[in-house]
Amino acid sequence: MTGYLADVAALARKDLRLELRARDTLPAMLLFVLSTLVVFHFALPTGADEVAAQGLLWVALVFTALLGLARAWAPEREGGALEGLVLAPSDRSAIWLGKSAAVFLFLVAIEVVALPAFSVFFSPLDGSAVLGVLLANIGICTVGTLLAAMAAASRTRELILPLLFLPLAIPLVVGGVGAGVSSEPARYLTFLGLYDAVFAILCWASFEYVVAE
Amino acid sequence: MICGRGVEKRYGHRWALRALDVELPRGGFLVVTGPNGSGKTTLLRLVAGLAAPTAGTLEVAADRGGVGYLGHEPLLYRDLTALENLDLYGRLYRLHERRERIGMLLERYGLWDLRAERVASYSRGMTQRLALCRALLHRPELLVLDEPFTALDAEGAELLDHQLAESAGRATILLSTHDPERVERLATARLALA
Repeated sequence: MTGYLADVAALARKDLRLELRARDTLPAMLLFVLSTLVVFHFALPTGADEVAAQGLLWVALVFTALLGLARAWAPEREGGALEGLVLAPSDRSAIWLGKSAAVFLFLVAIEVVALPAFSVFFSPLDGSAVLGVLLANIGICTVGTLLAAMAAASRTRELILPLLFLPLAIPLVVGGVGAGVSSEPARYLTFLGLYDAVFAILCWASFEYVVAE
Repeated sequence: MICGRGVEKRYGHRWALRALDVELPRGGFLVVTGPNGSGKTTLLRLVAGLAAPTAGTLEVAADRGGVGYLGHEPLLYRDLTALENLDLYGRLYRLHERRERIGMLLERYGLWDLRAERVASYSRGMTQRLALCRALLHRPELLVLDEPFTALDAEGAELLDHQLAESAGRATILLSTHDPERVERLATARLALA
């Protein structure tokens, strides 16, 4: 188990290092989420209710995540590095978990800016809404990283990834919006936690088949 | 070490390998030759475990950690340095004395002074040298080398000659090449694909 976690840490650290060095993804995600929130700020009529605003926040977050996921496996595509990882004796699910962890950290970094910006443009977010975002991040990363790996093998990856990911992100949006606006956020938070657990296990178990020929 | 019977591989409607029998004992050195498209790379990928045969059986008596594979792609991260790339693989292969091994290989292949440079800044030949270091890093018992002399200059090719002479007998080697004379004296078996 220690060795497995060491592999995951080494792989996630590699992704963070690549991003810090190349700055390919984070600046684009940040610019996208902020500009989307600005557009929504002007598009939403004055006096629109909180549910609508929260819905727009989730639209911005999901599409920002999609932007990051589309780039997630780009370093592995160049130079065939994914085959190098697949050949290594470590459990192949560590490749997925390391990548998911890195994408999770990217999303959190974006949200550190995006959520306060949302509070400025619309209304402040309460603790359950923030917790909903964090739980949804886990679902986005686990499912999205697996689907991005599947799409990466295709020439039409830019088309395939949204088609695969967006339907599976609907429950996350429902749970996330519910956690932010409902009078009983615990129901939605539990739902998000269950989604995360179920899909994390499914993705963990199936990644081996995604990278195998 | 390698035993294949009736190995076939098809990509879509195209056959890359047809009814191939191949055998290589432990410590053997098999040189695979053949024109472009004859299935050399396919065979090597099957042996390395990067692809599965469409039909037939292929048994390789080495687990993933025991295979050192050098393909047409370097399997390296372009935005990491040589040191960072090898360190990552060293960790994944759970190498003891990782730093010493990496330092020794980079020295031997003339890359030590460039160890802190990104791979993206390397020439094709330097990238090939680093890819060789990656393939050799974990002291594999089975070396699968797909046209390893490609892009190497005279000095690099000579270094590889020495490496092959050193590894021959100790490791099992499967090597594809368009220049079989270069490894003629080391080879214990030959396979010509049509």
